[in-house]
Amino acid sequence: MTGINTKAASVRFQNVSKVYGGKVRAVDSINLEVAAGTLVTLLGPSGCGKTTTLRMIAGLEMATEGSIFIGEKDVTKLPATDRDVSMVFQSYALFPHMTVMENVSYGLKFSGFDKAATKEKALAGLELVGLTGYGNRLPSELSGGQQQRVAVARALVLEPQVLLFDEPLSNLDAKLRRQVREEIREIQQSLGLTVVYVTHDQEEALAVSDEIVVMRNAAIAQKGTPRDLYEAPADGFVADFIGEANLIPVEITALEGDTATVRIADYTHRLPSRGLPQGAAKLAVRPSRMQLVAGAGDGVAAVIDKATYVGSRMEYTVTAAFGTVFAVLDDVVTPFRVGDAVTISFAASGPVLIPAQTS
Amino acid sequence: MRTVSLEQTTHPVLIFWIIAGWVGYCILPWYGVDKFWSFEWLVDGWPLDKDYAPAAVLIAMGQKLWLAPMLLALAAPLLVLGRRKTDPLYAKVLILAGAFGFSWLVAQGLGIGLRGFAFGWLETLFGPLEDRQFGMGYGAMITASAFLFLFTQGIAARGAVNGDVFVTGAIGGVIAVVTVFVFYPILIMMLAAFATDEGGYSFLGFFPKLFDYRIWSLGCLTGGRCGVAWNSLFLAVVVGVLSTLLGLAFALVLTRSGFRYKRALRALSVLPIITPPFVIGLAIILLFGLSGTVTTTVAEVLGVEATRWVYGLPGIMIAQVLAFTPVCFLVLIGVVEGISPSMEEAAQTLRANRWQTFRTVSWPLMRPGLANAFLIGFIESMADFGNPLVLGGNFDVLSTEIFFAIVGAQYDQSRAAVLAVVLLAFTLGAFYLQRFWLGRRRYTTVTGKGDSGMHAIMPRGLSIPIFIVVGLWSVFTVVVYGMIAYGSVVQLWGVDNTLTFKHYITAFRVELGESGLRWSGSAWASFWTTIMIATIAAPLTAAVGLITAYLLTRQDFAGKQAFEFGTMLSFAIPGTVIGVSYILAFNVPPIEITGTGLILVISFVFRNMPVGVRAGMASMSQLDKSLDESSLTLGANSWQTFRAVILPLLRPAILAALVYSFVQAMTAISAVIFLVSARYDMSTSYIVGRVENNDYGLAIAYSTALIFVMLAAVGLLQLLVGRTQIGRRTSHGEGH
Repeated sequence: MTGINTKAASVRFQNVSKVYGGKVRAVDSINLEVAAGTLVTLLGPSGCGKTTTLRMIAGLEMATEGSIFIGEKDVTKLPATDRDVSMVFQSYALFPHMTVMENVSYGLKFSGFDKAATKEKALAGLELVGLTGYGNRLPSELSGGQQQRVAVARALVLEPQVLLFDEPLSNLDAKLRRQVREEIREIQQSLGLTVVYVTHDQEEALAVSDEIVVMRNAAIAQKGTPRDLYEAPADGFVADFIGEANLIPVEITALEGDTATVRIADYTHRLPSRGLPQGAAKLAVRPSRMQLVAGAGDGVAAVIDKATYVGSRMEYTVTAAFGTVFAVLDDVVTPFRVGDAVTISFAASGPVLIPAQTS
Repeated sequence: MRTVSLEQTTHPVLIFWIIAGWVGYCILPWYGVDKFWSFEWLVDGWPLDKDYAPAAVLIAMGQKLWLAPMLLALAAPLLVLGRRKTDPLYAKVLILAGAFGFSWLVAQGLGIGLRGFAFGWLETLFGPLEDRQFGMGYGAMITASAFLFLFTQGIAARGAVNGDVFVTGAIGGVIAVVTVFVFYPILIMMLAAFATDEGGYSFLGFFPKLFDYRIWSLGCLTGGRCGVAWNSLFLAVVVGVLSTLLGLAFALVLTRSGFRYKRALRALSVLPIITPPFVIGLAIILLFGLSGTVTTTVAEVLGVEATRWVYGLPGIMIAQVLAFTPVCFLVLIGVVEGISPSMEEAAQTLRANRWQTFRTVSWPLMRPGLANAFLIGFIESMADFGNPLVLGGNFDVLSTEIFFAIVGAQYDQSRAAVLAVVLLAFTLGAFYLQRFWLGRRRYTTVTGKGDSGMHAIMPRGLSIPIFIVVGLWSVFTVVVYGMIAYGSVVQLWGVDNTLTFKHYITAFRVELGESGLRWSGSAWASFWTTIMIATIAAPLTAAVGLITAYLLTRQDFAGKQAFEFGTMLSFAIPGTVIGVSYILAFNVPPIEITGTGLILVISFVFRNMPVGVRAGMASMSQLDKSLDESSLTLGANSWQTFRAVILPLLRPAILAALVYSFVQAMTAISAVIFLVSARYDMSTSYIVGRVENNDYGLAIAYSTALIFVMLAAVGLLQLLVGRTQIGRRTSHGEGH
């Protein structure tokens, strides 16, 4: 079978900036490396510059400063037409006046394939996304999920060096999202494609990525594997954006090698220092890594403010001397009540130290 | 697989234009041949006869040596053929060669005319020139285009508009044609306003002409006669106000009442599109003229003598209000429908009654729309030529004065130019107000999201008078159009009322002679000319309009705002002004096309271009930009995207632009009447000619026939567009 092959290449950004109208910096001096054959997600709140970054890879926006490389080639000045990059749009952008087959063949026509090869490739593309036999339909005669797959097939058949996804799941309903994102990941891994993927949904990003790039205010806040970002966020923004986190002000009182001793009110806790100096810092704790014990004990005294039953677990808002924190406990059989006095302590693994200054 | 054009060393588009340039210079006749579409020159001494010779041959024969420097600009691009686009030399050479070639071509065209050097200072500088030259022809045209597109390719290679050759070429092309056929003639006309009788130019001589008492006299306030400028202004204000109020009444009945026959009212809005502008004037004469039905009846009943009261201000006013009310209605229906019903519903839930809702919410939201409608009525009235010509009597307005200054016994080009400048100042002023003052005051409250609310019904105190006005005016309109149909089959109106088909037979007789069909009716010649010119002009108008719309909605480039303003400007230039400026500008080299069919085609293309632009922009902004972008990322270039994605989706807009410009070309009179010739007479100018000879029967019969032809055209459009829209709707549900 003449299936779909891959010519996956890496993507490299060198000090790339995008300035609109001479003033607004949408992307500010970014350095980025996407290894060939990996799926990298650009994650961040709206307006952080992730879509602009993606469009600069596609050539739909031109970088104001810096250089962009695909493979070893400098493509900074190349327009979209001349880059070996395909993109799946948020709206899918299927041409409404063409059949599924014509849509999928569209790019092949401009790439110098003869008729037979075009047809063969297009059919292989449709087979890959499970739409064999739908070639004669119009886009309007397909469901949302099927349209999405046509858009993927249309981009795949060109065997691009880089495949781009711009929030591809945002127009699908919740149940379909899990299925489609697994399919995208499967195709990416089996073909060894280089994929750059934009989303603002952190769960989606954690599920599909080899590497996640978290962006904030036109710059990169942190990049790393999903596990790195979740378990060792660089600062409060990343900690809070990827999963929720309580940011508790603490004081590092002593350092012994890589281990820091921190003091929260009267309680002391020992954990990896992550290179932080003595003095003020913050402790990032996931709600599920908070431990609450009734009455007084070894920890920080606190009072239950709100208690919410959500079926599989209990959610509490707890007020202590350092402020208000959010905790999730699995025990739904004997829950605390509002007003109960409790003691907060932290799980041995999970909480991490981050610098005190976070924007 | 994708070929990367930046690394290519062959450039098909570049090669094409280099070849075109050489063909234009070395093979095609450089100067204009008598008939643009006839190729007699091929067998008539070409290429050596000096009337038909290409530039290269002329130079070889030692003539017209000033054409020689262009050879440099044609040769230079050959040097960079083998280079890459990214090579700085590639861009530099193309820009220099294109710019030099184009400006040299323009400069020699303007500098050397029928009598040698066109300007005195050239003669003092170089001494008298023995030779002379005529208007440019195919060769010059093709060579000029080649220079222009070499230049734009150079600009593109330097990275303008992302290095897009098609887009830069399209921008350059549109700017060039708009400059040549809109701005250049207007400029020449302005110059003519400064011309003195001795052939020189005088700044001081301009002001007496501008402030001539015949233009600005306020004598009518004291019992005398007013200047034409005041007449035009007064008429335009009255017509603007009346048409706006009537248009609003119709719009309110349609959207805010329980009226049942709304479709019939809507049909009224088609009328002005298919009615030649002076036809209503003719109907007014049939009703209120000296032997008009109403006049004679009233005279009989009251026992007074019939008068010519309708000729002059009252007649023009009635005719113009009839003609422009539907235009204002079209503007206002958009505004009135555009007010989101939920606004009014919100007011009602806040305890406002119907009258309070109307007064505090609906009316303030409509106000910008009313101002807009008024300005459009104002501009239309100022520019109208047909009705004042037919009904004017002693009441002179600017547009007819311009005409009589050119064609009448006075033959005073400079006075015509001054009048045209005054008229242009009025319409441009209104256009400017409409764009910049109203532009920021538009409350479009419809967001594009489904709004399931209902418009509030008008309060009763308002709806009763409005229904009465709308009812009376509708009846009047129906009577007027009935008069036209009836008048065409009456022997001699008011004198001999027997029914006859005589007029139709005179105009449209077809005889079966020995040599087959003979189109012996007197109207056929102008009828076929009109159809031919309109058929040629329509696709050109649509093409220029849609490409401009594509550039304005889909591309970003420096100076886009000025570009948009420039292309929409011709909307505000009255036809009379276009007519005058064309005969002043295109009667002499470098572009010598008066008296040809070509000048008619060109005038229609640029008169109607704004309509094509608007239609194109309206439907292009409905197409999501991601469609273009996905096509680009799939490897199509911008031209392929335009052709394969945008054009097919724009079919309804294209059809509308085609039919509209076709119909406009058939009904236009104001510019046409200056530009027709014995060989190329148009229906409308032929009809006006009949009217001036008091041959009303024939004129009305011909007009009726035209109305039916255009009704058929519009009907065909509705049929075609209706079908494609259904086809699009089923295929446009993506994302749902």
